[in-house]
Amino acid sequence: MPEILNRGDIHAFKNEVLALIGQDASRCIQCGKCSSGCPIAYEMEHLPSQILRFIQLNMRDKALASNTIWLCAVCETCTVRCPESIDIAGIMDALRKICRREGVMPGDKKIAKFNEIFLNSIRGNGRVYELGLVMKYNMATAQPFKDALLGPVMFGKGKLKVAPDKVQDIAPVKAAFSKAKTFIAPKAKE
Amino acid sequence: MTESSQDENIEVFTYSEIENIEGFIGNFDVTIRKKARSVDMAKCTGCGECVQKCPTKVPSEFDMGLGKRKAIYTPFAQAVPNVPVIDRDHCLKFLKDKCGVCQKVCPADAVDYTQKDEMVQRKVGAIIVATGFSLFDWTVYEEYGGGRYKDVITGLHLERMLDTSGPTEGKVIRPSDGREAKQIVFVQCVGSRDEAKGVPYCSRICCMYTAKQTILLKDHIPDSQSYVFYIDIRAAGKNYEEFVKKAQRESGTVYIRGRVSKIYDRGDKLIVQGADTLAGERVEIEADLVVLATAVVPNPDAVKLAQMLNMPYDQYGFYTEAHPKLQPVESVTAGVFLTGSCQFPKDIPDSVAMTGAASVRACAVFSQDELTIEPKIAWVDPEVCSGCFNCMEACPFDAIISEEYQGRYVARVRESVCHGCGNCAATCRTKAVNVKGFTDEEIYAQIEAPFFEEEVEVA
Amino acid sequence: MEIGYFPGCSLHSTAQEFDLSVKTVCDILGVRLMEIPDWNCCGASAAHETSEELGLALPYLDLVKAETANLETVLSPCPACFSHLAETHEKVVGDQTLGERLKSVTESRGYEGGVNNRHVLDYFMDDVGLGTIKEKVKTPLEGLKVACYYGCLTRLPGVNLDSVEHPEMMDKIVAALGAEAMDWTHKTECCGASLSITRTEIALRLGREILDAAQRAGADCVAVVCPLCQSNLDVRQAGINGKYKTAFSLPIVYLTQLMGVAFGAPKSQLGFDKHVVAPDVLKKY
Ligand SMILES: Cc1cc2nc3c(=O)[nH]c(=O)nc-3n(C[C@H](O)[C@H](O)[C@H](O)COP(=O)(O)OP(=O)(O)OC[C@H]3O[C@@H](n4cnc5c(N)ncnc54)[C@H](O)[C@@H]3O)c2cc1C
Ligand code: SF4
Ligand code: SF4
Ligand code: SF4
Ligand code: SF4
Repeated sequence: MPEILNRGDIHAFKNEVLALIGQDASRCIQCGKCSSGCPIAYEMEHLPSQILRFIQLNMRDKALASNTIWLCAVCETCTVRCPESIDIAGIMDALRKICRREGVMPGDKKIAKFNEIFLNSIRGNGRVYELGLVMKYNMATAQPFKDALLGPVMFGKGKLKVAPDKVQDIAPVKAAFSKAKTFIAPKAKE
Repeated sequence: MTESSQDENIEVFTYSEIENIEGFIGNFDVTIRKKARSVDMAKCTGCGECVQKCPTKVPSEFDMGLGKRKAIYTPFAQAVPNVPVIDRDHCLKFLKDKCGVCQKVCPADAVDYTQKDEMVQRKVGAIIVATGFSLFDWTVYEEYGGGRYKDVITGLHLERMLDTSGPTEGKVIRPSDGREAKQIVFVQCVGSRDEAKGVPYCSRICCMYTAKQTILLKDHIPDSQSYVFYIDIRAAGKNYEEFVKKAQRESGTVYIRGRVSKIYDRGDKLIVQGADTLAGERVEIEADLVVLATAVVPNPDAVKLAQMLNMPYDQYGFYTEAHPKLQPVESVTAGVFLTGSCQFPKDIPDSVAMTGAASVRACAVFSQDELTIEPKIAWVDPEVCSGCFNCMEACPFDAIISEEYQGRYVARVRESVCHGCGNCAATCRTKAVNVKGFTDEEIYAQIEAPFFEEEVEVA
Repeated sequence: MEIGYFPGCSLHSTAQEFDLSVKTVCDILGVRLMEIPDWNCCGASAAHETSEELGLALPYLDLVKAETANLETVLSPCPACFSHLAETHEKVVGDQTLGERLKSVTESRGYEGGVNNRHVLDYFMDDVGLGTIKEKVKTPLEGLKVACYYGCLTRLPGVNLDSVEHPEMMDKIVAALGAEAMDWTHKTECCGASLSITRTEIALRLGREILDAAQRAGADCVAVVCPLCQSNLDVRQAGINGKYKTAFSLPIVYLTQLMGVAFGAPKSQLGFDKHVVAPDVLKKY
């Protein structure tokens, strides 16, 4: 089935992104420079410039379902080289936010899960507890022995702590977590 | 050039610069600085003995530094006139009062180290501006190496190498090691269509000269392969699209649709990091030579000349035509005409066509004894003018001069220069200046007319 | 002199040698580091992605804590932490409503905008100065070839180095230590650290390209100023060698460790025992 482009407002998604982060995807001239320099592009379902194109053509579902927006490492190579000074990395971030808000199935579940666990670690301790983080992530993604060889190496070097580092006064951190706008509680169980 | 330099009605000033321009259409006074050539044009026979013997070698500007020239030189073989010039910044005579070999060997005794710049005056009726263009300084693209890689060159460098009478005699080599280039990558739109680092416009000529260069490359080096990274192929012109197809089909040029992100070296190859947005893939090419199609930009001194001629220019420094459709070769200043790339990027056919048009427009000025101008121009009533000359400051075209009238100085509008913009009239406190047909009375009358007519009807 | 210090989570765990060497070097330079009392995590990119406001609220809290402790200058060695603090500072200073909102979200006393955020490079380059650094050198690192690796640092919001694509700030500091800073091609390439755990194969591929470029340039070691770059390139080097049949053995050292060695600090105070790829090339200095 060909996509019928003019069933809705063709500018709707572009305007939504514009309102969310002030980046106007319609300025994109589709030159492809963002894709040319993206270090992760090899692994992406769609090139960064294609995500921009989806926004221009109101192909919202396609953009939000793409693993591209999750694989983006926010390295900003695209942003600093874009001839139209479009913050492509910022747009990727905005699309992830929309996915979170609407509960869209992430295009890369592992990365989404990791970010949730990471955040929970901060919520609980005020700081990241790296060992706990990796263990939880491995359990959650059912790959308990992933990087198992690295553990002893890091451990042996005293790089991973057995007990989490915690802030003493956790109240303001908790307040921030519960009061910050557009925050959707991560679904991962503590 | 040779033909025009021999025509008795044409006087060619080479190695010269315009110092000053005064006056107006039909009556321009031009001051020209003939720069000291250090060679007497009247005596020199162009034998070239001096160039042969000069011991000092300097990178040739004409050959983009790919070849060398002497300190006494003609810029290129066909240069008109065939009289050399001494580059005083490099000549040993001027630097250290040594050498002097050119003077010794010149059979015509033409070399003259004491020559000075000479100012000459000419009265001309019309001026055609054909000062052309410059190329964008691409070294701001740090991601392309910012000039650190010798084998990243511009289209103009390649143009010189493809010339069989050029510095490499038609060989296309890598400047770094002199090896013949086999895998050549062209990068389009460098500086063009880039609001962040360059200019927003398309430079118009590069898509076509790149196609030409890939065809020539295949002719010169049959086992070479060219790749062109482009955003869009701009081939609008008679037979242009066909020409690009010829490059693709007959010369095997591969076009890849994506702007290059980075160029870096690996061993003796240059890695060109790009993407093909049509295939949806990131790609890389291992190149021997990378050729950048750098943007066409105005000359660095374009604005200076525009100011001398009271001629508007756009935000980049390209000269503005009087009307984009109806007066494309006229500047706003009467008697000043435009042609070629000083107005906007143009290829040779467009430049030549425009030059013909500009020349005919200039001839039209001379074909009549009197000049017909727009009636809507300003006029100063000398009786009322107090001589404050505020209008002179206000006039953007320098149309107002000071003139004696019954023992005092008052303003006068030079009719042929005035554009009727009305700035002077608005500025004048004594209401001495008015644009003809637009005096205050006339304007009030127009405003009152409808009301007056209504009254008549009622009555 | 005393300045504020924001170590961030990494410097307390995977990047202890960074923490240690920053402190040692500052000590030699006569700069006392005062850790922001009870600092919390800056939220990294995960917070940002979930909620713009949360992404700002966490660094905001740290700025409040720094200001409460009267810390006018805060040094954040981790580039990500620095960027979050600096960007939040900029946004809050430029937008009063946002400031008010964050004050209420964090239920704190509020941030007045009095913190001057510095990262390692601009602190050593601009505040300390190459002259002072040169004066402190006791053992010039003569003959040491260093590839200075900046990663995404030059592009992060709030960071202003000499150049986005071809920075030379770290190179200049390294040269001031007497070492040779190599010109190389991958100074600012992404190392993929943020995908190190989730998409390890990507981090391995990018790491390999970077190590390969450093080796081609003839470097003895790679200097970094980011805990993520360091652990990604150091800890994963064996993995890279395994996957790509390469034989890299390039120590990934912090700039501050090199400074420490050149300043004549005891090696035990620079955390070299924490490295996976042992920095043996530094033994002779
Ligand atoms: C790499 C390359 C390849 C090209 N290949 C082709 C091609 O194959 N076919 C094609 O049609 N076009 C080609 N072009 C385009 C072509 O070069 C231009 O169309 C043409 O040069 C424009 O002519 P012009 O007279 O306007 O400007 P120019 O050629 O720039 O001439 C302007 C002249 O004015 C002189 N001048 C400037 N300022 C002053 C001053 N103040 N006083 C006195 N003199 C001054 C300059 O020295 C210069 O000699 C190519 C361009 C490039 C860059
Ligand atoms: S670099 Fe910018 S203009 Fe070019 S395709 Fe990407 S977003 Fe569009
Ligand atoms: S910021 Fe994301 S999309 Fe842009 S180059 Fe980096 S990884 Fe690719
Ligand atoms: S002519 Fe072609 S290469 Fe030149 S700026 Fe225009 S599109 Fe780019
Ligand atoms: S009408 Fe305009 S152009 Fe004419 S003299 Fe007055 S100010 Fe100058």
